[in-house]
Amino acid sequence: MHKEAAIREPLILGHKTYHDITEDVCRPIEDKAPKMWYILFGIALIIGLYGVGCILYLLGTGVGVWGLNKTIGWAWDITNFVWWVGIGHAGTLISAVLLLFRQKWRMAINRSAEAMTIFAVFMAGLFPLIHMGRLWLGYWVLPLPNQFGSLWVNFNSPLLWDVFAISTYLSVSLVFWYIGLIPDFATIRDRAKKPISKKMYSILSFGWSGRAKHWNRFELVSLVLAGLATPLVFSVHSIVSFDFATSVIPGWHTTIFPPYFVAGAVFSGFAMVQTLMLVMRKAMGLEAYIHTRHVEYMNIVIMVTGSIVGTAYITELFISWYSGVEYEAYAFFNRATGPYWWAYWAMMTCNVVSPQLMWFRPLRRSLLFTFIISIVVNIGMWFERYVIIVTSLHRDYLPSSWSMHYPSHIDLGVYVGTIGLFFVFFLLFARYFPVLALNEVKTILKSSGESYKNAPDTHGHADSHSTH
Amino acid sequence: MSDKVIYAMYDDDEVLKDGAKKLVSKGVKIAEVFSPFPIHGIDPIIGIKNTRLGIMAFIYGLTGLLLATVGMRFFMVTDWPMNIGGKPNFSYLDNILAFIPITFEFTVLCAAHGMAITYMLRNKTLPGMPAQNPDPRTTDDKFVMEIRLSENANFSESDLQTWLKETGIIELDQKEIN
Repeated sequence: MHKEAAIREPLILGHKTYHDITEDVCRPIEDKAPKMWYILFGIALIIGLYGVGCILYLLGTGVGVWGLNKTIGWAWDITNFVWWVGIGHAGTLISAVLLLFRQKWRMAINRSAEAMTIFAVFMAGLFPLIHMGRLWLGYWVLPLPNQFGSLWVNFNSPLLWDVFAISTYLSVSLVFWYIGLIPDFATIRDRAKKPISKKMYSILSFGWSGRAKHWNRFELVSLVLAGLATPLVFSVHSIVSFDFATSVIPGWHTTIFPPYFVAGAVFSGFAMVQTLMLVMRKAMGLEAYIHTRHVEYMNIVIMVTGSIVGTAYITELFISWYSGVEYEAYAFFNRATGPYWWAYWAMMTCNVVSPQLMWFRPLRRSLLFTFIISIVVNIGMWFERYVIIVTSLHRDYLPSSWSMHYPSHIDLGVYVGTIGLFFVFFLLFARYFPVLALNEVKTILKSSGESYKNAPDTHGHADSHSTH
Repeated sequence: MSDKVIYAMYDDDEVLKDGAKKLVSKGVKIAEVFSPFPIHGIDPIIGIKNTRLGIMAFIYGLTGLLLATVGMRFFMVTDWPMNIGGKPNFSYLDNILAFIPITFEFTVLCAAHGMAITYMLRNKTLPGMPAQNPDPRTTDDKFVMEIRLSENANFSESDLQTWLKETGIIELDQKEIN
């Protein structure tokens, strides 16, 4: 068994036993949902349904209902797509990269972070689909032999790479998440009293019995999936950035995009995890498992990735001048001082200044401060995509076609609607699924749980480990 | 063939592991261990070989890599060479950079899903399968060791039971299975 230094803060507070962990996680699922859950679910559902209505209207009428024009042919749809995909990067990063680095603190948050990832990628995937206008022809993006001649999809296009990257990412994340869920569903199944829930969780748990051989396979499958998902996380947002970086538009045509987008994605993803986790731990009484230490770790990730993003912004700005390309220089000059200056400076403040505050220990350990910053960061990251996309397009080479982008109410409805749908999914998840990876948290109870950590070793090695 | 099975229940993974070590040193064959989470180090004690799923993942990945390469070469070079900015469209190698992202994604796709499906099939954990743990508490906080009498013909039932009782069990159960 792993030994941990006694001065290291315990990851599980209080005197918990294995059974307590099961109780704490399963109780919110087995009890009646609190009134607040119904209120939040109702609000999210209404907003989500409004979004669905807007999408149906859009599909029935055409993408002309968006506020696009001849100059700005790509605005909120791609902004929202990149924003949601970015948010969808934290979950797999937490469960895969931190698994490879053997970070035990991930175990308290990986399950819900992965759920968040999957729902965020659902929302992201909506935008490319609806922007096709004719959703029912969406299968044309697949390399299918077709009746229109032997023409294939263009494998040289970053947009097609996106199709492969996003669908691989979504399906692999889903499998990774579900494989971890199976043993926990079995726990709920074996506790369930009502016949309907027993039946449901029996189906969901696939007959998991916890045999030693199965656990052996489980651990290897988790490790290999983590190994596969790690480069996948980095590739997905790199490929999303290629959508812009491989073009010839000043402001987009930059080689710094892939690492800058990946850092930005992790940055915004962790911010979303913080927003959700801070509410969830309180609402579901999981303060012993997700506490200040976890929040601090995540804030450090936010600080590091925020600094990478800040460095990238400044590098980009410098290169636009240093390259000597006047169009490039104008694109950036226009971003900072043109009609969209407010969006640019909102992005700079939210993404460059705010994470630097995390250098102060009391601030990064303050839950309220973290909550505020996490929302600020997500607003900032939305503006980042808006700035990159709209300000690079709105003033092109021909001043007579310069234009501004004004979102229509459908733009707004679809965007807000996806936030509603996201919360519908997340609330359902929090209600019916184990929000903590039970089987994983139990494995660290003895090495990182408060009561075990600092207790004398009672397990026969008292002589050799008496000073651990 | 009917068989008698002894289920010994523990409430601590370390106690079970030590007990298993003692029993195995006496020559007892332990058929199975049921636990709510992986017990590290139990596999070599009860003679479980490491899984070969990793090798399968590699093979699935290789298949994906090959399929993607052959597929894209056929689509973009043999069947319908597309002229994209005048880039060479008559040779896969000259244009390989553009094909790397999808090759990578498809490799990961095949490796991950191939391995996950194999894992489910080998475990026989599939939708609708019945649970097989002897006690519902083994998915909560209890650990159960299963010993089959047919696999331990050299020992008497009472011997096994006394030995088990010395290992710190909390419950002992017996079952006839067919």
